Amino acid sequence: MCKDCGCSLTRHDHLGEHTHHNDHSHAHGHSHTHEHQELHTNPQLNDKKTLSVIHKILDKNDVEAGHNRAHFEAHNITAFNIMSSPGSGKTTLLEQLKEYTQLNYAVIEGDLETSRDADRLIAKGIKAYQIQTGSACHLDAFMVHGALHHLPLEGLDICFIENVGNLVCPASYDVGTHKNIVLLSVPEGDDKIEKYPVMFRRADVVLVTKCDLLPHFDFKMDEARAQLKKLNPDIQLLEVSIKDGDSMRAVAHWLKDNMRGTQ
Amino acid sequence: MHEYSIVSALIEQCEQHALANQATHITRVDIKIGVMSGVEPALLHTAFDTFKQDSICHNAQLNMQIQPLVILCNDCQIESILSERTIICPACQSYRTRVLDGEEMLLMQLEMEQDGD
Repeated sequence: MCKDCGCSLTRHDHLGEHTHHNDHSHAHGHSHTHEHQELHTNPQLNDKKTLSVIHKILDKNDVEAGHNRAHFEAHNITAFNIMSSPGSGKTTLLEQLKEYTQLNYAVIEGDLETSRDADRLIAKGIKAYQIQTGSACHLDAFMVHGALHHLPLEGLDICFIENVGNLVCPASYDVGTHKNIVLLSVPEGDDKIEKYPVMFRRADVVLVTKCDLLPHFDFKMDEARAQLKKLNPDIQLLEVSIKDGDSMRAVAHWLKDNMRGTQ
Repeated sequence: MHEYSIVSALIEQCEQHALANQATHITRVDIKIGVMSGVEPALLHTAFDTFKQDSICHNAQLNMQIQPLVILCNDCQIESILSERTIICPACQSYRTRVLDGEEMLLMQLEMEQDGD
């Protein structure tokens, strides 16, 4: 049993006490590389001791993220972390996507305040749960874990985690998803890829949204593709507009191709 | 500004290591911050100096090693340290590279003390 929430999945604490569960069967989608060298203390000496650790600073979050991934996998769900600046069209994309895919999806929403985004999705008949982060600029694995207990996972194919609108902080946190979708809207400009390299390096696909506005802005698609290739050469960039059904079908296609177990 | 959350996680780790080793003070914390880890070192320093006050690290010095990107080229097999934020091999311009270092945030070493009595 998970000791925080009583859910049926095992968890692992890598610091302090090591607990081993007999029913440990799921594989975490990430690796832990750390070494412990216990300090050999000598109570007689009042010396300074140096302890070499080599430990990921966000290890606790990463362990929880693995726990969330196990939750998803136990329900045969693929989870996608959607990240972008505020206002680039994450919620709108999720509202419209319903028309283009047979895949059954739910959304965990992260915002500082209000449940407006979840309300918008629920109004469209999409299951959604809102996390209000208060002043936190990103979602972490613990917040997502909390939300998972409010969202019925049965029968879902996909769970989207719509992160807090921010091109910086969310990039550092594994929330337990399988792939990262990063949106960049045309009005923001093609230079955002170069300006926020960590986020675009972490992406598994980049959706350039609001492409119907291309005639009105100086967004250079070639430049965006060139900059993305320098950071992340193997990923796709999709040009998307909710007013262009073909582009939305391409997104639905990408999702279908990137479901767990299909690659 | 997620540096405060990162520092909270770091200090929590320090406290657990201190407890496991019966130490009463931590005097030095060495961390390695990759240039592509998404953390701003100056903000991390400020956050550490603020948060350490009420923790076992209150007298600790934070040493930060900034780790540049290190890549290994799958084509020419040359390992390179990069100054730019790209992952292109500077030797042969290949895009087929693997990042070896520079994307992580790691706690490397702690210096701790025990009260003599």
